[in-house]
Amino acid sequence: MYSFYFQELMHSLPFFLKGLWVTVQITAVSIVGGIIIGFILGIIRAGKGRVLRRLIGAWVDVIRGTPILVQIFIVFFILPEFGIQLEAFPAAILTLTNMAACFICEIVASGILAVPKGQQEAAITAGFSPFQRLRYIVLPQAMRTILPPLVGQLVLIIKDSSIVSVIGVVDITRVGWFTVQRIPEGIMVFGLVGILYFVICYPLIHLSSNLEKRLTVENSTL
Amino acid sequence: MLETFNFRVLLEYMPLYLQCFTATLWLSAVSLVCALLIGIIACGMRLSHSRILSRAAGIYIETIRSTPLLAQLYFLYFGLPSLGIRFPEEITGVIALSLNSGAYCAEIIRAGILSISSGQIEAGVSSGMNYIQRMRYIILPQALGLTIQPLLGQAIVLVKDSSLLSLISVVELTRAGQMLSSERLMPAEGFLMTAVLYLVLYYLLKWLSVWSQKRLIFMESQHV
Repeated sequence: MYSFYFQELMHSLPFFLKGLWVTVQITAVSIVGGIIIGFILGIIRAGKGRVLRRLIGAWVDVIRGTPILVQIFIVFFILPEFGIQLEAFPAAILTLTNMAACFICEIVASGILAVPKGQQEAAITAGFSPFQRLRYIVLPQAMRTILPPLVGQLVLIIKDSSIVSVIGVVDITRVGWFTVQRIPEGIMVFGLVGILYFVICYPLIHLSSNLEKRLTVENSTL
Repeated sequence: MLETFNFRVLLEYMPLYLQCFTATLWLSAVSLVCALLIGIIACGMRLSHSRILSRAAGIYIETIRSTPLLAQLYFLYFGLPSLGIRFPEEITGVIALSLNSGAYCAEIIRAGILSISSGQIEAGVSSGMNYIQRMRYIILPQALGLTIQPLLGQAIVLVKDSSLLSLISVVELTRAGQMLSSERLMPAEGFLMTAVLYLVLYYLLKWLSVWSQKRLIFMESQHV
């Protein structure tokens, strides 16, 4: 019986790979969007504008304090009541991008705040404009603190993307869910799903810890 | 928006929400305790000199960290019955949550222990302490101070992750929102109320984390 189910599972492998492709698409778009928005928000959050800083902080707290499952339900079921009707795919991307942006914003802000104040002051006395200060002095140094947790965050986004399966996006988890109705071997089916996620996430986790080691060593020699 | 927001329904469903709120609290608390135990054991295995134990713990931690909780949950939910093991959904959910958080707890505790400088351990060895004594009197008291904050962060993640149990029909906060949305067709009221209750838990844990940080700094400055 096992070998029969195994063969069945191998037959539906293309279906799984299609699911993997959907997962990759969703996470890629959300990661790019999240990084762009997150960096902008993070720079504002580490800046001087008090009201903006508070507003972003409050929003980040709301997003960090609620489960992504509830967020996706809110986007998918409640926005239509305000006349914003979204398909499952854009709703998934909107939710994930928003979440990614909030987490990356905090990472970027703490990275910028970790750059010693003297550097900023030196740049001001050297006559750098605010943009130049950010571009040539602050960000290059902040990147050392930002990069390791940022890569770690990407892993979290990939993993959290499994949640979008509940609103009917056919990603790997959803494919597994469909398949298990047909092939009643949960261990085998979700084992395969797990392996597919593992293949993407494991190298990234290692990259993150390697970066952390390398960059902290470089820092300490400075 | 407020003129369409139906507070009366929320009042009517309040008992359900309170029941679900306590259910979420319970599920998270039980899972957190189990996760801590698993984390301590896995960390002990990871740091032990036995190669097999260390490898086994490593594989467990890496596997959990590289796969989503939802896949792990479905793995147990659909997988255990095919092995002939049948648990109620709550138990399956708590097992999945504990195993998932246990791996992260193990990493947090490990980072705490490794941050104790080796000079301290050598001092312990040279004053004739055995492994358990070194752990008990030198390493753990210091490591605990360092790990309490990330552990509280993990508790926040755990509370949020417990929302996934609603997908295997465990009755908890998110499930209450789903009920309100399917029975009364009021998703806005249902899910926003759920979100607010999660936020209450989040701010509580966050406040606890800030408070403990202040306490720890205070304790440190006293010692030094």
